[in-house]
Amino acid sequence: MTDRLPGFSTLAVHAGAQPDPTTGARVTPIYQTTSFVFNDADHAASLFGLQAFGNIYTRIGNPTNAVLEERVAALEGGTAGLAVASGHAAQVVVLQQLLRPGDEFIAARKLYGGSINQFTHAFKSFGWNVVWADPDDIGSFERAVTPHTKAIFIESIANPGGSITDIEAISAVARKAAVPLIVDNTLATPYLIRPIDHGADIVVHSLTKFLAGHGNSIGGIIVDAGTFDWSRDNKYPMLSEPRPEYHGIKLHETFGNFAFAIACRVLGLRDLGPALSPFNAFLILTGIETLPLRMQKHCENAKAIAEYLSGHSAVASVSYAGLPSDKYNNLARKYSPKGAGAVFTFSLRGGYDAGVNLVSNLKLFSHLANVGDTRSLVIHPASTTHSQLDDAAKVKSGAAPDVVRLSIGIEDKEDLVADLEQALSA
Amino acid sequence: MNHDAYPDNYIRGILNGVKSIAMVGASPVNVRPSYFAFKYLAQRGYDMIPVNPGHVGKLLLGKPFVASLLDIDRPIDMVEIFRNSSHIMPVVDEALRLSLLPKVIWMQLGARDDAAAAKAEAAGLKVVMNRCPKIEYGRLSSEISWMGVNSRTLSSKRAPLPTQGMRLSLDRTSVGGGETAASDRAAKNKSELS
Repeated sequence: MTDRLPGFSTLAVHAGAQPDPTTGARVTPIYQTTSFVFNDADHAASLFGLQAFGNIYTRIGNPTNAVLEERVAALEGGTAGLAVASGHAAQVVVLQQLLRPGDEFIAARKLYGGSINQFTHAFKSFGWNVVWADPDDIGSFERAVTPHTKAIFIESIANPGGSITDIEAISAVARKAAVPLIVDNTLATPYLIRPIDHGADIVVHSLTKFLAGHGNSIGGIIVDAGTFDWSRDNKYPMLSEPRPEYHGIKLHETFGNFAFAIACRVLGLRDLGPALSPFNAFLILTGIETLPLRMQKHCENAKAIAEYLSGHSAVASVSYAGLPSDKYNNLARKYSPKGAGAVFTFSLRGGYDAGVNLVSNLKLFSHLANVGDTRSLVIHPASTTHSQLDDAAKVKSGAAPDVVRLSIGIEDKEDLVADLEQALSA
Repeated sequence: MNHDAYPDNYIRGILNGVKSIAMVGASPVNVRPSYFAFKYLAQRGYDMIPVNPGHVGKLLLGKPFVASLLDIDRPIDMVEIFRNSSHIMPVVDEALRLSLLPKVIWMQLGARDDAAAAKAEAAGLKVVMNRCPKIEYGRLSSEISWMGVNSRTLSSKRAPLPTQGMRLSLDRTSVGGGETAASDRAAKNKSELS
């Protein structure tokens, strides 16, 4: 036996997948079924009691989805994954395992606008209280810790400004507070950054973006790093205490270092219900096979566009961590040496109106509320994704009125520059 | 042996090599992990022997309970200990008194006793601590992949359809990552405290 271990690109194609046992089909089939027959009553009871490996019902698990779960877990270097209907669903399911009403979690202020809304309003109504901290000031995370803190939540590359978060510094705060660090790795993907290598305990993704990569499927995933000791004290009873719905099983005792992913499945997904369609899982899996190739092209194009915009007279500033002059360039070199991602913002000297005009003049860039597509995308966050925030919160989250966000696709970069050139001079 | 992280080949060699397993602390209560690990390993073709002095006279899935390892009437390849870390040493001492020594001492997930491990290794036995043989068998065969668990293995061969009593191939290609285990550290800390 050799000690050689497969590399990232090999895992992107193979991890979790194996020729189908019944037909020999090489590509993972779409198991488009709600339910799976039991061998007998004992088999059914074993499956329901979490005592046997197998499938019951697609809300709880599905063989196509399981391949996706193992693949992303392997790419992230985690112990297990759980695919869900969206990135938002992943966040609900994760926090449901960690927080009780009245508890708190600390979140970086620079987040996807949808997450800011979800945390501020929906989670508040569950009694899960978000406490904001500034990722540019690690001390603000330390000062936010209280006896009610149950988790810390950050993005590795933050939306919309593409800033890079110092994961290791915030991980140290989480370890000291004895709470898990949750990292949303959507904009980086594990090709650029593997947060578990830097101290993350849980990784979440909107699969919708670069992982799926083609703008055709909504999906989310949770990856368990296997690094957190859930039984150290009584802070996480979903993991450490007997579960009445499963005959008194203690999930951490029974499942060890992938207990968190199991809790998300059997307590979160089962009871909250945001299951991923197997058809979406199939499309996302197909996308992931080319993740390394696409991310190389996304990053190469993004850097070229950022450089072009930096030199344009209509542009006031460009926020892209891949530029040597950028405030986050040192963090980008440390955490994301293969490229600083392909989502970034720039601001126009003409302010809000110039932003609105630019968006309407572009002919190749699509004006829509998504990122991480093969196609290049543009949006004016202040009037769309971040429109529900007040002006001060817009500025703090990197979505000031004069800011335009780009998600650079994998087209020929000369064509993207030409489109921006005509739109900026129109 | 470094007991913080086991190479897949070490675990693979043990699970491919042993045939009979005495499970100390096996429970007849069908919601206990020891019960369903016992049941799974029996389904995968291992000769399972339940050891628990509190249940002598009863059967576990058709196999009679014995009170002690010394009461077993045939050679055993592996002793699997389903007890807390503080109860490991007496079981290892008993195993080392057998006329034909077992080849492997295996301590269940959450259990770790480095002194007991050193004693068993000095007598030529292999030791695994803080692992579940059901999870490891499921992982190396990829059967556990149904639950979204990272098997940390790859194969381009057609997967078998598992049937009752069937041994599965554990000889897939191993992959790095995912072996970080908080439970390992926790068990180690507990054994250092006790």
